[in-house]
Amino acid sequence: MNDQIRKLALVGTTLIVVLVVATTYWQAWAAGDLADRQDNQIQRVAEFTVKRGEIIGNAGRPLAKNRREKIGGRTFYFRGYPQGGLAAHVVGYSTQSRARAGLERSLNDYLTGSNANLGAVLDKLTGSTVTGSSLHLTLNLNAQRAALDALGGRCGSVVALDVRTGKVLVMANVPTYDPNLIEKSYGRIARIDAPCRPVAPLINRATNGLYAPGSTFKVVTAAAALDSGKYTPDSSFVDPGYCEVYGRRVSNYDTTRPFGKIDLRNALKYSVNSVFCNIGKELGSKKIVEYAKRFGFYSTPPLETPTNERAPSGLYEGGELFDPELDSDVDPGRFAFGQERLLVTPLQMAMVAGTIANDGVVMRPYVVDQIRDPDGAIVTRTKPDELGRAVEPETARAVAAMMRGAVEEGTGTAAKISGLAVSGKTGTAETGISGRNTTWFICFAGREGREVAIAVVVEQQSSTGGETAAPIARGVLQALFGRTANS
Amino acid sequence: MPYADPYLLPLAALLTAIGVTTIYRLEPDDAFRQSLWVVIGVAFFAVALVVYRHDYRRVETYKYLFGLGSLVLLALPALPGIGQTVNGARLWVKVGPLQFQPGELAKILLIVFLAGYLRDKREVLAQGRLKDFGPLLLIWGAAMLVLLQTNDLGSALLQFGIFLAMLYVATGRASFAAAGLVLFLFGAAAVYQVVDHVQQRVTIWLQPWTEEPVFCAQTGAQALRQDCGSFQLVKSLYSIGNGGFGGTGLGQGTFTTTAGDPIIPFLNTDFIYSAIAQELGLVGAAALLLVYMLFIARGMRIAIRADDGFSKLLAAGLTFGFALQTFIIVGGVLRVIPLTGITLPFVSYGGSSVVANFVLLAGLLLVSNRANAQHTLR
Repeated sequence: MNDQIRKLALVGTTLIVVLVVATTYWQAWAAGDLADRQDNQIQRVAEFTVKRGEIIGNAGRPLAKNRREKIGGRTFYFRGYPQGGLAAHVVGYSTQSRARAGLERSLNDYLTGSNANLGAVLDKLTGSTVTGSSLHLTLNLNAQRAALDALGGRCGSVVALDVRTGKVLVMANVPTYDPNLIEKSYGRIARIDAPCRPVAPLINRATNGLYAPGSTFKVVTAAAALDSGKYTPDSSFVDPGYCEVYGRRVSNYDTTRPFGKIDLRNALKYSVNSVFCNIGKELGSKKIVEYAKRFGFYSTPPLETPTNERAPSGLYEGGELFDPELDSDVDPGRFAFGQERLLVTPLQMAMVAGTIANDGVVMRPYVVDQIRDPDGAIVTRTKPDELGRAVEPETARAVAAMMRGAVEEGTGTAAKISGLAVSGKTGTAETGISGRNTTWFICFAGREGREVAIAVVVEQQSSTGGETAAPIARGVLQALFGRTANS
Repeated sequence: MPYADPYLLPLAALLTAIGVTTIYRLEPDDAFRQSLWVVIGVAFFAVALVVYRHDYRRVETYKYLFGLGSLVLLALPALPGIGQTVNGARLWVKVGPLQFQPGELAKILLIVFLAGYLRDKREVLAQGRLKDFGPLLLIWGAAMLVLLQTNDLGSALLQFGIFLAMLYVATGRASFAAAGLVLFLFGAAAVYQVVDHVQQRVTIWLQPWTEEPVFCAQTGAQALRQDCGSFQLVKSLYSIGNGGFGGTGLGQGTFTTTAGDPIIPFLNTDFIYSAIAQELGLVGAAALLLVYMLFIARGMRIAIRADDGFSKLLAAGLTFGFALQTFIIVGGVLRVIPLTGITLPFVSYGGSSVVANFVLLAGLLLVSNRANAQHTLR
């Protein structure tokens, strides 16, 4: 029997070897993946022993701080958010009961000092408290507050970008939520109500909200038209008050008053659908998609927040991004003035306005200006980055002049500020049900070498973008440039 | 016991010490009770050594009594009134304040019975005539019944695995063990079809994480599986992963939320290995497993040195049972096999387990004492 016993001994020891191998797999090979999983509560709780880096807005005002607490002999650092819902969608939250969100999630490695922080490594080895790096944001908290106030309870979103650098100055959403409530009073967030469906207070509408762009998309169409060389601002059209596409009539917003003979400059100023419909038919939908892509459509807009909190803009079919293979896959007429199955994020539309203001060059938007280690030394500093050229400088300047006209005497006069040159474009995406319009205003304005681009969207409105969204942009511009802009 | 193996007792003492220390760190009250059980276990151990100091082989005479006793113990949890269902498996018996898992002792009785029976019949069985296999098919049927009764894949696998290993040692026919394994897999597959609990365990094993919410049997609502059926396994893996190479250090591991609520249930019984792996890291966990490996190697050596068939079968059976039990629980925790709730020998918290393992140790020491004595005196 000894032979069999020897073989059985081999089986027995092999079983244990299998266990050693499996333990090695989980503790060495797969440990990183396990730590990255959002439902890893052990990792999340263990990280509360780390003195997490702070998140700081402009002028040194903290958005996320630590609260030190001793429980059962261990020191924990819990998060507090002194500004409440002011920038909740950007900052996010870090709790033990729920997965993290926002920058708290995407830059967790910096905040917990688990990378690029030699001091943290030493702290870990010596057993003393690990301190993370702090994030310094580009957000202007006064303008952020002004944007929330201007939205005033209406669902929607405001994004403001610095034109030359791509810095995100404002990223405000309504409804917002107080991240301090996530841990212990989540029910109060679930019960938040707002005049829109879904209410979804946790969603960052600025980067993840997909809306029909309405006439603001005419800026992209106009840029494509001029850049293609087929049109000039003086190109002349006849507006019968409607446009024929595939045998169906598409009317202007104001059907009572056809413009008759009109040039492209005035067509943008007064947002004449029939003109853009005809441009769309002439250019073809693929050409317009090509230009949209140059502005950043069809790719997830770059930002430091988690990828799953950002959505790409473009044509959507059954919930999926849809890139037409043939011109005839999409109705070019309605596509050209922002209807069809086109859905966009406020951040993308702010990038469109910013690109026009920046002579046609798309800047990469960013919200984290600097990351500093616990001693205050800079770990990384974000440098402005060009994503590429969307249109020629002459095209951008011509479109900019047309947008200037829209604010001076066209549909966007509500955004006029004396002493500040504002250029913009309104949008009103109708859903066919009264009181359910999505209204838009995108614009840019500047003084003394400092230029800002803004996109405003408001949900569930009964009137136009010029009446509802443009005044909000005006309020944010005043907050950014000072109320006495004419002095 | 002048000639007994000099390594087994220290190894068992080391494992017991690791167990009590870990339990003390996790749940100080349980550590006190565990120490009491260790005392009781050592008493059983001592009594067994004293009673059978001359010749343990007389138990062979009562082998059918042992077989019957094993069946009775296995059937106890199924009895209404005293049977207890814990975590979906019927493994417990509760009489008054006393709560124990009879399966642990049944395992040892079964090994004694098999050692006696197989020594008797090994020549006959080795011829491979079908009519001799009646009693063995009966055992297979019993194992399946146990599986159905207890809903617990782990203890059925353990009992049946011990049986196959001893059958192989006795007959030298690997084909028997293979055939038995196939039979067991068929039986298990059939049970899988019928019993929800077993199905769940297998689903959890194959796919502990889901991206989309799935039906959650516990709450009846839709949930991610890691938040529902597989949360124990997943949290235990997180615990192991958090240990990394060097571990967090004893007392520094994370097992509760900051509010002090436990994150992993059954931490000092089923999941004690994931607690040790977190605090001691890969280094400590591998060292612990090496202690088990040494124990197994010594046990098998005793079986080889023993002179008579009964002693060889007894020592091999006890050692392999020890190895397989370690593999089933730690392998379950590590997602090598479906997770089932049995104890880690000498380390897990639990009275019946501690007592049974000290009896097992006594058995191995008795065999080794006799074998070594004969070698020396010859």
